[in-house]
Amino acid sequence: MTDVVAADAAPKPAGALVRLLRRKLALFGLALIVAVVAGAVFAPWLAPYDPNAQHFDGLTLEGAPVPPGGAFPLGTDLLGRDLLSRMLYGAQTSLIIGVVANGLALLIGTLVGVTAGWFRGAVGAALMRFTDLMMAFPALLLAICLAAIFSPSLWIVAMVIALVNWVQTARILYTETTSLAERDFIAAEKTLGAGTGRILWRHILPHLVPTIIVWGTLGISTTVLLEATLSFLGVGVQPPTPSWGNIIFENQTYFQAAPWLVFIPGAAILLLALAFNLVGDALRDVLDPTQRGRA
Amino acid sequence: MTALSTITSGTTAPDDTTVLAVEGLRVSVRTDAGETTLVDGLSFALRRGETLAIAGESGSGKSITSLAVMGLLPPAVRVTGGTIRLKDTDLLSLPEGRMRSLRGDRVAMIFQEPMTSLNPVLTVGAQLVEAIRAHEPVSRGAARTRALEALKAVRLTQPEQRLDQYPHELSGGMRQRVMIAMALALRPEVLIADEPTTALDVTVQREVLDLLRDLQRDLGTAIILITHDMGVVAEMAGRVVVMRHGRMVETASTLDVFERPAADYTRDLLAAVPRIGRGKPRSSAIGEPVARLDDVVVRFPVRSGLFGRVTRQVHAVEHVSFDVRRGETFSLVGESGCGKSSIARAVVGLVPHQGRIEIAGTAFADLRPADQKALRRRVQIVFQDPMAALDPRMTVGDLVAEPLVIHRIGSPAERRARVADLFRHVGLSADQIDRYPHEFSGGQRQRICIARALALKPDLIIADESVSALDVSVQARVLDLLRALQTEFGIAILFISHDMAVVENISDRVAVMYLGQIVELGTRAQVFGDPRHPYTRRLIEAVPVPDPAHVRAPTVRLAGEVPSPVHPVGGGPARVRLVDVGGGHLVAE
Repeated sequence: MTDVVAADAAPKPAGALVRLLRRKLALFGLALIVAVVAGAVFAPWLAPYDPNAQHFDGLTLEGAPVPPGGAFPLGTDLLGRDLLSRMLYGAQTSLIIGVVANGLALLIGTLVGVTAGWFRGAVGAALMRFTDLMMAFPALLLAICLAAIFSPSLWIVAMVIALVNWVQTARILYTETTSLAERDFIAAEKTLGAGTGRILWRHILPHLVPTIIVWGTLGISTTVLLEATLSFLGVGVQPPTPSWGNIIFENQTYFQAAPWLVFIPGAAILLLALAFNLVGDALRDVLDPTQRGRA
Repeated sequence: MTALSTITSGTTAPDDTTVLAVEGLRVSVRTDAGETTLVDGLSFALRRGETLAIAGESGSGKSITSLAVMGLLPPAVRVTGGTIRLKDTDLLSLPEGRMRSLRGDRVAMIFQEPMTSLNPVLTVGAQLVEAIRAHEPVSRGAARTRALEALKAVRLTQPEQRLDQYPHELSGGMRQRVMIAMALALRPEVLIADEPTTALDVTVQREVLDLLRDLQRDLGTAIILITHDMGVVAEMAGRVVVMRHGRMVETASTLDVFERPAADYTRDLLAAVPRIGRGKPRSSAIGEPVARLDDVVVRFPVRSGLFGRVTRQVHAVEHVSFDVRRGETFSLVGESGCGKSSIARAVVGLVPHQGRIEIAGTAFADLRPADQKALRRRVQIVFQDPMAALDPRMTVGDLVAEPLVIHRIGSPAERRARVADLFRHVGLSADQIDRYPHEFSGGQRQRICIARALALKPDLIIADESVSALDVSVQARVLDLLRALQTEFGIAILFISHDMAVVENISDRVAVMYLGQIVELGTRAQVFGDPRHPYTRRLIEAVPVPDPAHVRAPTVRLAGEVPSPVHPVGGGPARVRLVDVGGGHLVAE
């Protein structure tokens, strides 16, 4: 059985990748993601300064941040730290939150939603009532509680975000799974004698991929901003560690005087979310065989 | 002014006034690949009081034509040539505002699926009143009176109560009557009926067709009847336009089309129509039973109240017993809701049941889950809608190989060879195995489902309305295929259908079901040659006969609805007793 799956699957990824790369928008999105990842990984070498160093010439004589240009390509922040360096190091944090925490949330949501939707009955009811409970619970309060119990660190923040963000995914996948389970082709699989694992893995999950991709890409910007909120409340990433979210929150009160301090990280979050969106959309189309051969 | 009060005042015969004239109509759709023509060079004239049938198979452009007349084409589709004139009005040059006031008032339309064309959150009365007031400045009270008259005209039982009911409280036949009442309340000059009876049971179809004919006689409305059913054409239409691939193949009087079809396509189409009396006795050896049902009961709980207690039950199948023998085709026939599909689902273990269902001498209930899987190999099911029954995200080759993978049969290479072999058997070429289901036509998809069912070499194939969704010519070929495979492999077929003509053509034995119980069971010759139960007779008589010269014996118009199969817990329908009237022909007392 395994060898058949392998034989079937082998030509597909190559084909899918080629078809993905043929789409201009997807290619643009992918390039952006690669750039951000590279920036984060190679931050120690790329960053012109130490992200936490407060430069003497980083502030004007009046004590205001320096606008972009000159020695500081993206300007400096309120403490005279180089914004470019902080952005590059901040990308590490934001990527971990946006990709790892968000991915974990998707995974939990998918597991809970699909299990509840397929088995229904007591298991399904228990899981979904728990989901409702989590939904009704103020996410911020829960995050603060969790962060307060464990000492705040990046990984705790990622875990907290994953634990509050899976509920929507679970709810939506639950509904989709229940309606898929009623479809004729699933009944046909049962009459063939297919086991639960096979039906879920080969026939239910592929149909949920589009929804998972949409929720995954939507979740990236939400989670990056949720991390910023948590940091702002003091339970997130601890200063002076930079993240795109806390750069915005630290500087938002000086928006009028130093707009670049909010605008640049904001644009970075926007572009990252957009890039994942473009790639996700393209991936959804490429992976959907029913779109193939359509005019 | 009074729309339907004058119904009985006079009858109108077709006269020479042309109501609707379509000249050289050309409809195209814009796609990325350029413009594709859907309808080309279609011309016809509709006279007052006449019924013109536009007949053709799916994709022939018949529905697009009706939408073009109504000015309701989808955004990417537009008329690129020709004229449509309603008396002196050129419909194509009319602005949308004028067209809207004309729709419903002078040209009305009824659709195939009455549930989707009625608004589910408004009462029937509210919708009728709204339709009337949209076109005529009458008071709410006056409109309501007219709505009531309209419901009486379509012979709906208890019309006063129906006004305050919602669409879901009515049966399919009643809904279609409401649609007809709504369409005719404003006395349009032209009524377009797009497959008006396709979604209805035969006996209901009979009533709706009778009703349309009576109303036309009384009101003089010209009807365009769009249908794929040549039986309906023969019974209803004076003239026929036969369409194929968007072009008119033939147009003539109904009598001429049936007696002297000019085009080859029309001849093929007529030859493919199943007719009662075509079935040939078969001499195939019929062996031991492969499936035996003994006192099978299927009930579905209806939960209600705060705690979801089961207060009532749907009695889908009640004490049904029969067996299917090796090499034979056993048909279960009945109208929607009679429990025939529930039996199919119980046999393959998709719904729980009471009583005993044995396949090759063993029941699912006797076996441990691991052994149940082996038993599943022996019985396979082919569903009604092949598109829904195939996972759209897998290639057809993988789909056909899947039963082999599940039951761990053969190496990958052997499986591939077996799939290619199965493809050949069902008339598909092996180079299509890497395509996806949506790349095939309906008939080809059903062949794929059959190949999939055959992969495990089952003893019994259940065909649950497997050809009902297919065009007649495709249906005929799929039925031929099933018969050929049956002869070759000696498979038993449990054929489930509502179509009496198809059942008569292919069955060895037939069971007629009504409200969950079998009311008549016997060989094809017994049931169709000597129908004893009144319900069997009614079903046979209701089938439209594809012969315009056929004179229907006057029968009692059946009013009233099929009783509900829902009963409170503990209650249930009276159990019928089957009596042998000779030669194994069982009839309910």
